Order: sequence, then C-alpha cells, then structure tokens
Amino acid sequence: MRISTNGEEVVLESPVTVEELLILLKVEMPEYVTVQINDEFVEREEFSIRDINEGDEIEFLYFMGGGKN
Amino acid sequence: MSLSNQQLERYSRHIILKEVGGKGQAKLLNSKVLVIGTGGLGAPAAMYLAAAGIGTIGLVDFDAVDLSNLQRQIIHSTRDLGKPKVLSGQETINDMNPDVKVVVYKEWVGSNNIMDIIKDQDYDFIIDGTDNFPAKFLINDTCVLSAKPFSHAGIIRFQGQTMTYIPGKGPCYRCIFKNPPPPDAVPTCRQAGVLGVMGGIIGTIQATEAIKYILGTGDLLNGYLLTYDALKMDFRKIKIPQRKTCQVCGESPSINYLQDYEQAVCDFKNEW
Repeated sequence: MRISTNGEEVVLESPVTVEELLILLKVEMPEYVTVQINDEFVEREEFSIRDINEGDEIEFLYFMGGGKN
Repeated sequence: MSLSNQQLERYSRHIILKEVGGKGQAKLLNSKVLVIGTGGLGAPAAMYLAAAGIGTIGLVDFDAVDLSNLQRQIIHSTRDLGKPKVLSGQETINDMNPDVKVVVYKEWVGSNNIMDIIKDQDYDFIIDGTDNFPAKFLINDTCVLSAKPFSHAGIIRFQGQTMTYIPGKGPCYRCIFKNPPPPDAVPTCRQAGVLGVMGGIIGTIQATEAIKYILGTGDLLNGYLLTYDALKMDFRKIKIPQRKTCQVCGESPSINYLQDYEQAVCDFKNEW
C-alpha cells in the first residue's frame, strides 16, 4: 500500500492504524503530534481505530517553539 | 498622506512595484505592527518592517541581550550586551529608519497585560516571535478574541514553521494544536539548538505576511502551515482546515477569557 507522509512516499506491507503508523515510522513525541489525513484532522481518540488507506496523504504536524532565546 | 522627497527616494524600489506604489507605501507608513519577542524571529522581522517603513513598531521583551543571543538575533550587537533587548532593538531601528516610531514594552506578555499592549497603539498586525507555548497560545487566544490578525512561527534545530491567522478567514493556532504540551515535553532552542539563519528565514516570512496584509495584496498563509526543513532545503505548504470544535475559534467556543499556562521550569529564567 502506497501512502505519503509529510510529502514523502511510504510503502506499507500490511494495513495499519494511525497509532501503528506512528510507531512504525518512529514519529518523535507521538503523544503530541497532530495528525491530518487528506486535509482533515484525525482526533487523538481515533488514532487506534482509524485505518490508513491506499493513497492517503498524511501530515504529521509538530509543536515548534523557538524564536526568542 | 504625501511622501517627502527623501521618502520617495528611500522607498523608490517599493513605489515602483505596482502592488505597492505611492499609496501602498503611505499605507505602510500609517500602519502599526507589534513584534512580541525580539529574538531569533522578532529581530529580523522587526528590522525588515522598519526598513520597509512601517510607521509604528511595538517591541515587547523583558529580557536583556546575552552573548548567546548574538549568533542569530541580528538586531542586537556585541556593544549591546546587558542592555534591555527592547532598547537595543529601538536603537537599531532608529539608526535604520527615522520614519519609524518605536514603542517599547519591557515586559513579558501575560494574560494581565497583553490586551493592554495591543490596545495601546491599536496595532494592525501582530508577530509572534516568542519561543514558548504558554506565550504562543496566549497570543493566539488574544488575537482570536480581539479579532486581530497575527503571524505564528516556531523554529528549532534546522526546522521552522509559520502560519497566519486572519479573523474569520481560516484556522487559528489552536485549531492545529489544541492545547500546549506539558512543560519540558517539547525541547526549546536552548535545549536542542537552532541554526542561526532559521530565525532570519522564518522571521522574514512573518514580516512579509505583515506587509502583504497591510497592502492588501497577494495570498497570505491563512489556512496553511508553511514548514521549512533547512537540511533538505524543502518548503512545504500544508493546507489546514478550521476545526469546528476549536475551543477558541470554533462554533461553540469554551475559551472566552485569557489564561496563563505553566512554563517549563528549566527555561523560566531568561525566556518567555
């Protein structure tokens, strides 16, 4: 199954949920990442039940502080 | 407002642009932008706004210039060490462009003062150049509740992100991130480092957004999160929907007052 995460193509060998994908891709600080699939937010409560589908465009949005100091 | 001969010359490269012209330059000279934080993001943002002839620039920062700031906070110089950042910033801007009135606020923003600071000059646009999540959520909520446009940005290591909030026209910062992470959960630049130019690139984009908003030209980053990866030299513009259930800008908001969140203990000193 081909999907994209943050604009890069990823090939999955078996179906996964959002939660499993976060682990599989070793996403940093998965407890604080915002996930969007095909331009829509996925609620955190749905991570364990939402399946990833062929062609899904997934964005991981990370907290970024920075700036001063 | 008519431009003086000196102003016609100073801003000639603006005036020749059909999107700016004499009218647009006069708009810039009549406009007011508040820059919260005069650090990695706020320093370059404030300098380009000043050079562009933004008539009033507010600078908010309680901090003093530290040697470790100078790798990226280019509004401050070695001779400014120990000086309040807002004064150092004011001097740099005054040297650059006498058309600009600089208003300084030597304080941290909190729920007790941020509304007064914004109202002080009735700023047209706000730039979030802070480094921490309590301040970022406070700025977001204040701008949503008072219907002010603002530019969010964050930088760390070789990464940056920025988005623009326009009241009634797309998502706010809370639509994406809902609530601040717990203190110490997400590393700061002090802990993780940041390439000096990151503030220059992202802060200059923030200034561009402010200028375009004032001119009323072009497409802004409302409804998008622009991310930048300097190692891959990759910019991405990610479409962001407005969250109907957003606590502050959604259909039935639960946040109708300002609140202060807890700051990471290790960063409390010298940071926002």
